[in-house]
Amino acid sequence: MPLDTSLVQKKFKVIGQRVTRPDGIDKVTGRAKYGADAFAPGQLVGLVLRSPHAHAKIRKIDISKAEKLPGVKAIVTAADLPDLTNGDRGMRDILENCMARKKVYYDGHAVAAVAAVDAHTAREALKLIVVDYQILPHVTDVDEALKPNAPLLHDDIFTDGIEPKPTKASNWNKLSQYGHGNLDKGFEEADVIIEKSYKTEQTHQGYIEPHSCLANVGPDGTAELWVCTQGHFVYRNQCATLLGMDANKLRVTASEIGGGFGGKTHIWAEPVALALSRKANRPVKLTMSREEVFRCTGPTSSTSIDVKIGAKKDGTITAAHAELRYHGGAFPASWAEFGAMTAWACYDFKNVRSVAKDVVLNRPKSAAYRAPSAPMAAFAVESTMDMVATAIGMDPVDLRIKNAAKEGTQSSYGPIYGPIGIGPTLEAAKKHPHMKAPLGANMGRGMACAFWFNFGGQTCVDVNVTPDGNVTVAVGTIDVGGSRAALAMAVAEELGVKYDNVRVIVADTSSLGHNDMTDGSRGTFSSSMAAVDATRKAVTILKERAAKTWEIPVEDVQWEDGEAKPVGAKYGNLKALTLKDLAAGAGNTGGPIAGHSEIVADGAGVSFGTHICDVEVDMETGRSLVKRYTVIQDAGKAMHPDYVEGQYQGGAAQGIGWALNEEYIYGANGRLQNA
Amino acid sequence: MAHLVSTTINGDAVEYACQPDESLLSVLRDRIGLTGAKEGCGTGDCGSCSVIIDGRLVCSCLVLGVEMDGKKLETIEGMADGAKLHPLQRHFIEGAALQCGVCTPGFLMAADALLRKNPDPTEEEIRFGLAGNLCRCTGYDKIVRAVQSAAKEMRSA
Repeated sequence: MPLDTSLVQKKFKVIGQRVTRPDGIDKVTGRAKYGADAFAPGQLVGLVLRSPHAHAKIRKIDISKAEKLPGVKAIVTAADLPDLTNGDRGMRDILENCMARKKVYYDGHAVAAVAAVDAHTAREALKLIVVDYQILPHVTDVDEALKPNAPLLHDDIFTDGIEPKPTKASNWNKLSQYGHGNLDKGFEEADVIIEKSYKTEQTHQGYIEPHSCLANVGPDGTAELWVCTQGHFVYRNQCATLLGMDANKLRVTASEIGGGFGGKTHIWAEPVALALSRKANRPVKLTMSREEVFRCTGPTSSTSIDVKIGAKKDGTITAAHAELRYHGGAFPASWAEFGAMTAWACYDFKNVRSVAKDVVLNRPKSAAYRAPSAPMAAFAVESTMDMVATAIGMDPVDLRIKNAAKEGTQSSYGPIYGPIGIGPTLEAAKKHPHMKAPLGANMGRGMACAFWFNFGGQTCVDVNVTPDGNVTVAVGTIDVGGSRAALAMAVAEELGVKYDNVRVIVADTSSLGHNDMTDGSRGTFSSSMAAVDATRKAVTILKERAAKTWEIPVEDVQWEDGEAKPVGAKYGNLKALTLKDLAAGAGNTGGPIAGHSEIVADGAGVSFGTHICDVEVDMETGRSLVKRYTVIQDAGKAMHPDYVEGQYQGGAAQGIGWALNEEYIYGANGRLQNA
Repeated sequence: MAHLVSTTINGDAVEYACQPDESLLSVLRDRIGLTGAKEGCGTGDCGSCSVIIDGRLVCSCLVLGVEMDGKKLETIEGMADGAKLHPLQRHFIEGAALQCGVCTPGFLMAADALLRKNPDPTEEEIRFGLAGNLCRCTGYDKIVRAVQSAAKEMRSA
């Protein structure tokens, strides 16, 4: 579905208000149900045995003693999850990540799981499982993993993107390159060239709610799964594939989600819980500990990045080059590619290139984290831009304004930009009082720009008019930050009714067509597009019902302010029919009134931001304090300004944590030291 | 062997049996069905399981269920007066001081404990009073503002 531009510059009645969220009362009273808040009669406790080694062959797993422990109802290993992925490398990796097969690839990799009557018994059972490991050399550093003699994780990875394709397996799974122009010529023209290398450590999204699910497989093979996830339809599809089930027999209900930030987009425990439940013929609840969340779910990549920028003394950037090395954890991914695409996206450079090397190593499989891969690339590029500004004696904001991308710029990753917001955010930064505020002793000020693509994807929404003239909206994108409120506002606006008359729910996978995940900043974008489309279809029906009621041609009916009105003087004595009137009469005019939409949302705009930060450093201890932070970002239309502000503030706080306080620390033994 | 515990939860007399190594948080969630307190870390770092015992704010993951005999326990489920929300709850909703909401019960309990002791806290005192609670969504600003506005309303009530 293409972007509808009829709403640009439109005066809204509901959109843009700061309404209260429909899930607010449940969340302040403790009634909201998250992943671990569901219970089923006779449920068992599921726990996972995890590898203490970074890299090892599994010679044998002996579950015989554990099976005999009273209260143990099922134990599963890879043998209970046969490979049904039919040559799909991506799905096979997911299967192997959920339960190790011949090898363990990281500290924390699942090797077996137990379902028992209580947590105590399950813990005892784990201790009785004997795994015979043959320890292999490991590698947890992205540069080390690329070396020719590095310990090899997979013997079937031959770098994609190199012609001819290598015949020797390596940990380098993909090369991707972006850019245009003539770099050599550009660097020759430069008065100043700055070259700098950076390393960033892995961090975790750190959602407060650990992963949890409740799986319930019936004797007839049908199943229910309650789970905290950013995408229950994708979980449904993947779990069904791995367990050999028809997708329609697995009904997945998304719980309230206690934070995701990109990290609840992969399945880990869910197929295991379903396999345990199937084997035990009982419901199984599997909840991760905080330590498990850190050790074996999907943090972001650690990176190693080289940046080279050439500039003239007047601030013209003549050439820019970056090589970005990111890891996907133990399985192939494309995180470096995203880094390469975003690295130079803020700028309009004639000669620009970014080279991405995606790498596997002995850490957990990486997942998305807030504009995945962009922050590390921005850190490296923006730090170097500052050095360029210093070298040529130019104000760092002016340097960026001079080189900022604009409408018509060929972006470094390919597309030609439409109207974009990097220039306005920079101008706003330049004018902002923060930039002129005096700095205290031992304080410094930095500013930087960033970019993200945004994304549309498959989306399905139902709008149903209730017999009393209210509206329920069923969406398939889970609500991470207030999207139910935003989507209710979109429907209320389009239908011409009050926000309070619209109630949005996240439907389960059996109640709606497939929806892609709430990721890539697509949730509100794509579902509001589908919600408006569905509402328009409902309005078409409402007009037909009014025409039928009045016995006039439907062309003579218009929908305005939540009412059907006849058009033309000849209908002067016909009273407008409200949504309530038409809903009440629906049984006599053709049945229930609803609108449905199934789309691939298209036309997502790219987004840019400029942040300013003051930091005070204690010169003796190195302690850093953020004294002031200003976020300037192009939000597009803020449907609910409070929630957009919340995203900015939360994102900034996580960025500060990443920069100053958070990192994964792996020991020489390949084990995570600070889980 | 299970121990029998007699306690008061949100004003109601409650009896439960629990194992000696079971945390109060597990008892509340798995035995009594009060799931408003959340386990975010299990180590007293995140504050999502905050409850008030005899007027004192604690992490229920660090207290044993058997310790509750004869105590007076308050949880998030008892904060509202029936359908009437506590001012803190209302200001959290109105001020958009929650996003995912999983840390919210803990923050509300901590803020309530703070305002009982100090009805007119400075911003710094609020931040200090909530320092045992982690929120990963909001960046804390709207939470601090919500506590400030609730405190103001409660003082003028």
